[in-house]
Amino acid sequence: MACIEARGLRKAFGTTVALDGIDLSVEEGRILGLVGPNGAGKTTALNVILGLTDYEGELRVLGRNPWTERDLLMRDVCFIADVAVLPRWMRVSQALDYVAGVHPRFDRAKAEAFLAKTSIGHNSKVRELSKGMVTQLHLALIMAIDARLLVLDEPTLGLDILYRKQFYDSLLNDYCDRNRTIVVTTHQVEEIQHVLTDLMFIDRGRIVLNCTMEDFEARYLELMVPPDKLAAARALKPIHERQFFGRNVLLFDKIDRNQLAALGELRTPSIADVFVAVMGNHAGATTAQGVIR
Amino acid sequence: MSTQSNTMPGFFDSPRVEPILSSTHPFMWSLRREVWEYRSIYLAPAAVAAVFLCGFLVTLGRLPAKLRGVEGIDPVRYREIVAQPYDMIAGLMMLTGILVSVFYCVDALYGERRDRSILFWKSLPVSDLTAVLAKATVPLLVVPLVTFATAIATQCIMLIVTSLVLLANGLSVGTLWVQLSFFQMTILLLYHLFTAHALWPAPVYCWLLLVSGWARRAVFLWAILPVLAIAGLERIVFHTSNFAMLVGTRFIGATHHAAVQPGDVFPTNPMTHITLARYLTSPGLWLGLLVAAAFIYAAARLRRDRGPI
Repeated sequence: MACIEARGLRKAFGTTVALDGIDLSVEEGRILGLVGPNGAGKTTALNVILGLTDYEGELRVLGRNPWTERDLLMRDVCFIADVAVLPRWMRVSQALDYVAGVHPRFDRAKAEAFLAKTSIGHNSKVRELSKGMVTQLHLALIMAIDARLLVLDEPTLGLDILYRKQFYDSLLNDYCDRNRTIVVTTHQVEEIQHVLTDLMFIDRGRIVLNCTMEDFEARYLELMVPPDKLAAARALKPIHERQFFGRNVLLFDKIDRNQLAALGELRTPSIADVFVAVMGNHAGATTAQGVIR
Repeated sequence: MSTQSNTMPGFFDSPRVEPILSSTHPFMWSLRREVWEYRSIYLAPAAVAAVFLCGFLVTLGRLPAKLRGVEGIDPVRYREIVAQPYDMIAGLMMLTGILVSVFYCVDALYGERRDRSILFWKSLPVSDLTAVLAKATVPLLVVPLVTFATAIATQCIMLIVTSLVLLANGLSVGTLWVQLSFFQMTILLLYHLFTAHALWPAPVYCWLLLVSGWARRAVFLWAILPVLAIAGLERIVFHTSNFAMLVGTRFIGATHHAAVQPGDVFPTNPMTHITLARYLTSPGLWLGLLVAAAFIYAAARLRRDRGPI
């Protein structure tokens, strides 16, 4: 069974279309990275999946209708929104008590173990914690829930590099332990590249790219071209070209690896580079301005 | 993709075993979280009672002199003198309860949207109806109970201290206890709090909750303006004030349904005669509760669609 199944998903706020007929199917056990520029509709898409927003079209999350069955769905789903939302008056111990009191799949010992690795005191109020500590607390609460679907909207915003690394490692460990599905959005794409199994680019409420990471690696290739072979490489129609330390780096989509290898140094591009290329071309195509990059 | 699953094949990818789910009490914990957040629910009555108690202890010195002339001669006057501070603290608690409830209701569904914590609450398996019901329980059950308990605790302290003062002055403690009829006063206070301060004005509190869940700012204004507008319009168009009367009786209309009182005495006066059957059969009560239920349902539906502001 697909974990998330959507057909013709649409959501408009007044005249602004946030989701423009999205078809989506996320199988159980995948780790999907949702990448898009600001205002692309990422958060709206997540809100719709989480039952926080009404929508048009068909949507089933773990077999449920999120809009009418949010409370039941939340037994199997947990999420972190993109800003600190823990109530500022709450004490750490109260947060633990409360989640333990309402969530059947919350493992308090696990949350305590997460917290023990931080400098967060049990009696502190959320308002007394730093921004990073609030995020740590929230992650500790969420990661201690044995959920089937985990939705993370900019989960590591405001965290230092050390904790971000720790977080993604523990996310990965957890993922391997269980049959969990994870949907994550972040602007720090390079940090999650090795974690993802699936990738989706979204822009102006539409899906621009939707592929597995294996497809991604097979499909996109980056070529460092010496000046003498530049013309030959350009003839293969790269989707993007940039300068890197005085050398030309060309990005190719669906071009034979052997053919490219003869022209220079090949490597797998970063998600960020492909994102820039695809989004640039997409913007060019939709606005019909033909931006030359 | 991980080394773990390579070294221990089949262990981690064994079919998902449903873990033993821990038992949960979403309603109880939602209610508890309201009391955590709105500490004024118990702090305000406690503070008022503490201030009152100080005032009472100061005036206690003059009590023996006042009682000496009337004890055994004028029981009615005697009761008036001893009961007055007990009625005062009961009245103060009622007033505090109303203020606490009103301020609570105005903020209950607005505050969680303003501080964005609604996203956290909604990330947990608690339905909007459970959350709103827990919030409605605060003015309808928690505040009456807290103000009742505070009033009784204060009155107990007052009674003990007064008894000691009378003993020290050679006055009869027995007369005090008989005349005060403390137990009866307690029952009447509890009865009055629930009939007149919780169930009867329930639609008012639930209306405030509904507006609190709807308004993007100035909740109090939005709660009052429509009422004033409708009442004003009715006055201008029909030259009547039925709507204003209807709303008005929600604040003060319960007493003559709930009890019969000789003259204009305080609701906890032992002369008060409870008419529970008449109260429970008055259409006003049930219509009011029906409207309150409709407001609660609407507030729950509204909360589903509401995000942070």
